[in-house]
Amino acid sequence: MISKRLTKSLFSRSNLRAVIAIFVFLVLWEVGSRSKDWFGFPMPWVGHVPPPTAVLVAWYGLLGDPGYWQSWYMSTLRVLAGFLAAMVIGIPLGLFMAVNKTFHGIVFPSFEVLRPIPPLAWVPASIIFWPTQELSIAFVTFLGAFFTIVINVLGGAKSIDPRFFQSAQSMGSSQWDVFRRVVLPATLPSIVVGSAVGMGITWEVVVAAEMISGGGGTTGSGGGLGFFIWNSYVGGSYEQIVVGMISIGIAGFVCSELLRKLGGYLTPWLRKR
Amino acid sequence: MNANTQNQSAVMSDTPKPVVKPSEIQVKNVSKSYGAGLFEKQVIKDCSFTIERNKLTVMIGPSGCGKSTLIRLLAGFEKPTAGTIELDGKRITGPGRDRLVVFQESALFPWMTTHDNIMYGPKARRENTKQNRGLAEYLLEKVGLSAFRAKYPPQLSGGMQRRAELARAMINNPDVMILDEPFRGLDCMSKELMWEYYSGLFEESHRTNFFVTTDIDEAIFLADRLLIMSNIPGQVRETIEVDLPRPRRLAFVFDDDRAIAVKMEALSILHKEAMKSFSGGSKAASDFVEAYSKRSAAAETAEQ
Ligand SMILES: Nc1ncnc2c1ncn2[C@@H]1O[C@H](COP(=O)(O)OP(=O)(O)O)[C@@H](O)[C@H]1O
Ligand SMILES: [Mg+2]
Repeated sequence: MISKRLTKSLFSRSNLRAVIAIFVFLVLWEVGSRSKDWFGFPMPWVGHVPPPTAVLVAWYGLLGDPGYWQSWYMSTLRVLAGFLAAMVIGIPLGLFMAVNKTFHGIVFPSFEVLRPIPPLAWVPASIIFWPTQELSIAFVTFLGAFFTIVINVLGGAKSIDPRFFQSAQSMGSSQWDVFRRVVLPATLPSIVVGSAVGMGITWEVVVAAEMISGGGGTTGSGGGLGFFIWNSYVGGSYEQIVVGMISIGIAGFVCSELLRKLGGYLTPWLRKR
Repeated sequence: MNANTQNQSAVMSDTPKPVVKPSEIQVKNVSKSYGAGLFEKQVIKDCSFTIERNKLTVMIGPSGCGKSTLIRLLAGFEKPTAGTIELDGKRITGPGRDRLVVFQESALFPWMTTHDNIMYGPKARRENTKQNRGLAEYLLEKVGLSAFRAKYPPQLSGGMQRRAELARAMINNPDVMILDEPFRGLDCMSKELMWEYYSGLFEESHRTNFFVTTDIDEAIFLADRLLIMSNIPGQVRETIEVDLPRPRRLAFVFDDDRAIAVKMEALSILHKEAMKSFSGGSKAASDFVEAYSKRSAAAETAEQ
């Protein structure tokens, strides 16, 4: 019964369509990459990219390489550290700014001045400020998610229908109770959205930060996926560049998907019936 | 029609009903304006009336005459510009547990199931007792939502949401229930069903109720006393005692001679108020309205 349902959902029309689309994409890429050998002239752009079969071969070779997995591990760790720090600091900050006018008045102006600065512009300053390279990368990663999370939480909490507060109040809710059972759940959808967007930015930022800072002090390919790509470029291994890129794509996708699942689980009232 | 009153005696017997306090609200010369100076807008002007104890008082008036504003004053969310509002002789200065408001649009918490919404008040006051849990079950049954206890508000129909909201208010046993056009926007059938559910709930306890509406049939079906509002700035124009027998059922209320007489009386007052707002004080417009109503009166006699 369950296996039947699983089979059915795995081979659903939309999944089938996605598989076919990816397959066609790979074929076009393969043909494009090999255009120089096959037709005598390179196709623009794609003619200089290694073909997917070559990438697969390179990837297969890397599967046994602990350095490659070390890159995954380092980047994931940095993303998680920066992202969790951004949530732990950003969510309470956004909520507190929403409920306390004085605090909002004090913090919001500086927040709004710092917010438009792109995280990567912080890299040099960050390297100077923080004692270790690891900390500076984590800090830049943190910034990537932090502002997005705060602005989403603040916006979500501020747009709560005032009638919810009036109802809660007239049913005898204390302030703490209103916060816990009205403000928090009403803001939860915005927290989920802010976190998902923040997570995406975090992966963008960590890779760039690793490239710029040279990979956190470790030599070789131990400096994260960003450094892995940079190193492959310097070493002239174009297949490995693509492997690194796809790895980041997979990592970002998995993180976003996990967050979406968790978010859906936390906000059951938003599900379709 | 009255399915809601049939299978409740079983649940009722083992649920001790809370004692209802016979409360009364007096509105004395209340005025309310918004804005200041050139932008001042008077919404309620020297309005006085009483919401009598143990009665269902219905206020009817054209849209925009200040009914919702008056309700915010009664609830204590806003303060009158002049005059006082007293609950059992004590001046109302802010929101309180003794008065509960059911709003124009649903204010159920979308993140809580029907059951949790109903239990919100008791839990907020740390009264998650056996008695209150029993009362929640009883109310769920009474408003016909037992099967929907685990659904979230967005998954309920409009009528179900309104019923859930009635139950959520009732469980707190307020001294006065205040309802602002709670059935607006429902289709005709669910509206009539709601009237029976709601008047059933009222007849059970005879809690003091204040109900605002723009629907004349709804007003007459529900009311013990009917207050008819003027145009903005709002005032009570007329009070009519609707002495129809209870329990009320759709089957006979609208055939009753007394009900028809009340309806005619109320409509003629409302009509006059509507005409006033239509002409809006301009001489030409009011002349037009007068001429027009004369003509239609003539046409009516000609028909007969
Ligand atoms: N907060 C406010 N500020 C300014 N004007 C308001 C405010 N609230 C209501 N009004 C005005 O008061 C009038 C009556 O509104 P309301 O009480 O909602 O009427 P009703 O509920 O009878 O339809 C409307 O003209 C509205 O524009
Ligand atoms: Mg209104």
